[in-house]
Amino acid sequence: MFRFSRFLLLACAAGYMVCAAPVLAADTLMMATTTSTQDSGLLEYLEPAFKQETGIELKWVAVGTGKALEIAKNCDADVLLVHAPSAELEFVKAGHGVDRRQVMYNDFVIVGPAADPAGVKGQTTAGALKRILDTGAGFVSRGDQSGTHKAEQKLWQQSNITPDKNPKYFSAGQGMISTLNMAAEKQAYALTDRGTWITFADKMGDKNPLAIVVEGDKALFNQYSVITVNPAQCPKVNPALAKKFEDWWVAPATQQKIAGYALKGKQLFFPNADK
Amino acid sequence: MDYLINGFSNAFYLLTHMDAATLSAIYATIASTCYAMAAALLLGVPLGFLLGHCSFPGKRAFRLVSDTLLAFPTVLIGLLVYAFITARGPLGEYGLLFTLPGMAIGQAVLALPIVISWTAQALEDLDPRCRETLLTLGANGRQLALYALWECRYAVGMVCVTAFGRVITEVGVAMMLGGNIRYSTRTMTTAIALETSKGDFAQGIALGLVLLLMAFMVNLALAFFKRRGRA
Repeated sequence: MFRFSRFLLLACAAGYMVCAAPVLAADTLMMATTTSTQDSGLLEYLEPAFKQETGIELKWVAVGTGKALEIAKNCDADVLLVHAPSAELEFVKAGHGVDRRQVMYNDFVIVGPAADPAGVKGQTTAGALKRILDTGAGFVSRGDQSGTHKAEQKLWQQSNITPDKNPKYFSAGQGMISTLNMAAEKQAYALTDRGTWITFADKMGDKNPLAIVVEGDKALFNQYSVITVNPAQCPKVNPALAKKFEDWWVAPATQQKIAGYALKGKQLFFPNADK
Repeated sequence: MDYLINGFSNAFYLLTHMDAATLSAIYATIASTCYAMAAALLLGVPLGFLLGHCSFPGKRAFRLVSDTLLAFPTVLIGLLVYAFITARGPLGEYGLLFTLPGMAIGQAVLALPIVISWTAQALEDLDPRCRETLLTLGANGRQLALYALWECRYAVGMVCVTAFGRVITEVGVAMMLGGNIRYSTRTMTTAIALETSKGDFAQGIALGLVLLLMAFMVNLALAFFKRRGRA
């Protein structure tokens, strides 16, 4: 009769044993970063070298740049690896971050239906965006305040267009792959970072309904930087560890590793640390 | 459609070749669910018992609140708990954010209303004639309470299973409070979300199937003990 209750007791005991989790290592840095560095596999590729060369264990949360900066403002991260230069400069100017250093870039591309119904192939970025909306072809936006979304908003601004009210402008509020899927389903255009595009194109194979329509424009340049969360504001941040982290990213050996990272045989990130 | 088939074959591969990443995701899932369930049961069953067995002023209002919280959106729980455990929050000094215990706090908040409301419901559903019979036989309040507790044990077991199902499949709290950190707070559900955002749908389905299998084993164990308890 008491077997069931005995079982419950046993289950609880087992639960507590499982929960006796291992303790954190001493030298750990918490990094808030953007989804693109994680989803492209770059971080997993670099992390073992970082640990070996600095002895620091790097943990990261990969979220949109907006959220990453917010997490840092609340002192819940020690360092940042993000790609939204104007938001970063504001962040540093407001005293939330110090020691911002550029480490690498990749670029954005505009993709759309392979048949290019809006006829934007070969146009400038501004011209292409205008045509996409004018012809009613449809554009899917991340709409999540991520670095990519911020870059897209800046491009619209530079073209003097406010797309928000346009019924063919879809704000997805989702990650890059989901946004590309939506564009594929809706036969619409989208702005994407090249890394995610390569992954997407590889997954879709021959059935990929999308193709690159605009690329190589200077306006599509996507700069990544590292920032240390201001230790004066967040006492938890260890300045010595953070400095090691920043120095490591701009070190020639690391920069070479970044250049050597390829996805499906294509280089994704181009190192450009200031000397 | 391809990725459905790939998903099944990947799931088989995952189960036969347990790699470190999958094992640590399984561990994180089980550990945080255990923490959360232990807290929710320790707090929720007594409260639910009070609510279902006793009568006191404000009982209906309390029940209404608990029932409403059954519809607590997980992302909102995540945001609320985040406000408390962020380094700048009132509990910031304990460094709970982006750890398994921090995640478990949110999951316990999620499970608590389920445990309270359903335990209370189980007690209210007991046959009222038994209570009357016991009273006429001269049972005192303590004996009545013990009887009620014993009678609803299987119903409380079912409450556990329901709350467990909600906690183990939850993704909003785990993502917000755990942070989906590799080898640390990456659970099965946040791993599924990650694979999906990376566009690897087959891997997402495979992980989902492994999660279902874990839930199946827990329920199988419960069913087994229930049968033995009745025999």
